[in-house]
Amino acid sequence: MPAPLRLRGIAASPGFAEGPIFPISETIGRYEQKNGVEAEREALRRAIAEASSRLEGLMSRATDESAEMLEFQLAMLADDALTEPAYAAISGGAAADIAWSRALDAECAGYESSDNEYFRARAADLRDIRDQVLASLSGSLREVAPTGSIVYGHDITPTRFLETDWSQGGGIALTAGSAASHVAMLARARGVPMVVALPAPKSVPAGIALLDGLEGGFVVSPSVSDLERYRVRAQKLSEVRREAAKYLAAAAATCDGTAVRVLVNVADPSDVKAIDIAWCDGVGLMRTEFLYGRQGGLPDEETQYQAYRRVLEWAGDKPVTIRTVDAGGDKPVAGLTVEETNPFLGLRGIRLTLARPEIFRVQVRALLRASNHGSLKVMFPMVSDPEEYDRAAAFFHSEAASLSKEGAPHSVPPLGIMVEVPAVAITPERFAHAAFFSIGSNDLTQYVMAAARDNPSVAGLNDVRNPAVLKLVGGLATFGASNAVPVSLCGDAGGDPSAIPDLLQAGLRDLSVAPAQLAMAKAAIAGVSL
Amino acid sequence: MANSNCKAVASVVITHDVGLHARPSVKFTKLAKSFPAEIGVALDPEGPWFDAKSIVKVMAAKAPKGTTLHLRAEGDGAEEAIGALVGLIERNFDEDEQHARSA
Repeated sequence: MPAPLRLRGIAASPGFAEGPIFPISETIGRYEQKNGVEAEREALRRAIAEASSRLEGLMSRATDESAEMLEFQLAMLADDALTEPAYAAISGGAAADIAWSRALDAECAGYESSDNEYFRARAADLRDIRDQVLASLSGSLREVAPTGSIVYGHDITPTRFLETDWSQGGGIALTAGSAASHVAMLARARGVPMVVALPAPKSVPAGIALLDGLEGGFVVSPSVSDLERYRVRAQKLSEVRREAAKYLAAAAATCDGTAVRVLVNVADPSDVKAIDIAWCDGVGLMRTEFLYGRQGGLPDEETQYQAYRRVLEWAGDKPVTIRTVDAGGDKPVAGLTVEETNPFLGLRGIRLTLARPEIFRVQVRALLRASNHGSLKVMFPMVSDPEEYDRAAAFFHSEAASLSKEGAPHSVPPLGIMVEVPAVAITPERFAHAAFFSIGSNDLTQYVMAAARDNPSVAGLNDVRNPAVLKLVGGLATFGASNAVPVSLCGDAGGDPSAIPDLLQAGLRDLSVAPAQLAMAKAAIAGVSL
Repeated sequence: MANSNCKAVASVVITHDVGLHARPSVKFTKLAKSFPAEIGVALDPEGPWFDAKSIVKVMAAKAPKGTTLHLRAEGDGAEEAIGALVGLIERNFDEDEQHARSA
């Protein structure tokens, strides 16, 4: 019995899996060259036909979202413009596999160089198409993972995910990959546990393994006590999930009756698709970065106004807090952010916005106009000095004056600040003139603990429950209560059942969570006794 | 055919949020293929012109939101083809209903 190998990556889809490791073969079987140009052409034709019929098979039992992706892949494969260069290369003497790879790689390069993330993401689809045809060419039909296994490898393509039967459990453990990938999205939607960015051991692990998609754990050859611990946690998670579903539509309160307002975080207007506004107390954080960084440049006033208005109208009379663009740090935006050696301590958030007044003005005008369509509040990210707040607020007043002159309907919303820089949390009294505080626990924790949140090797330090962080949160809640400044929290900690008791004990009564966390957060609140 | 051997041209602004992207491109090329006419699209009226029936070419144009797309058709049903394609783009690729639900 080999010793247990315990690895830690980044959690991409919550849940637990226990089963045999199924390694994804990185290399596609060798293609045996045929005799002559016509035979090569015929081999490629057959391989494309085979790949297409596999895609059709997947499509017949696909859900909406994956069906669209498969339809796109099928349409690409059916297009002579994709295959023609490969056939031409074969006529020039190339073997079918080399001709196909070159043609597809050339097409991929066109997408990879796009400065638009939507088009860039299509390169992954093209690589997927390439590999499916190559697998058919070499006759090495991809082995489908047996149900219940933990698929292990560098990365996994969307079609491989869709080919796998997840109905009997199983999970995904990747040494590369990303929690933002298409596959991670599908995994979360289907409840398949997934961990990415695992350290790669010298040899490919084999045998039985455990996967913890909640904390990012992966244990190969687990000991008896590893197994027991996992099973207890998996059991607990499924109980919590069952229990949580009952809380989704109810107002949140602790078990001793203290009401807690639970709002949702919105990164893109489509995030609210799956939830009913009646289930929450409004939008505690609407990010606006999704509008920026598209091809065609920065968003104009009308585009922004329409996007804000949509969410405000969805929320009805419930409050919607929109954050002015928080670019920089780990969120670069072409045409806005600058390259820096230490972007988290650089020109980001309100610092960047104030440095680019011509860009800020457009957003301010759109917000002022949208404000007439609901209960809008606006907050500024990364404020570290009162002067930044004053300067940002002045933009709202001067642009409101211009809109009045133009006769455009508008109103000035309450203006608050994100509390994520320790300087603000230590001396909140200097910011008492802000309309409200919203604690950004992700950044506040990483700045207080000097531990990046996306670095697994310091993950233990990056904990909102650290007494130093909780002391600041408690201080802010106390300050807010005695100075009539509403204080809420909108970081990941707000939706984390293990952090919620401490946050409520610290005095917070307003939490904003990801829509998917809404039920679990309410269930966790109900378990707290104050 | 009433409109055989005729020519038609039009230009239309793409208002879809992510431009002529995967899903809209599938719809656009499918519709184009339903007409016998030769149909071309271009980002510039001077060209280069791409085959509107090829998803590879249409996607490679990477037309973002706000782009003016130029269309031209020649042959049987050219006018119907242009009318239908312009309509599809003006109706935002029939995705507004979905957007309204998501907002």
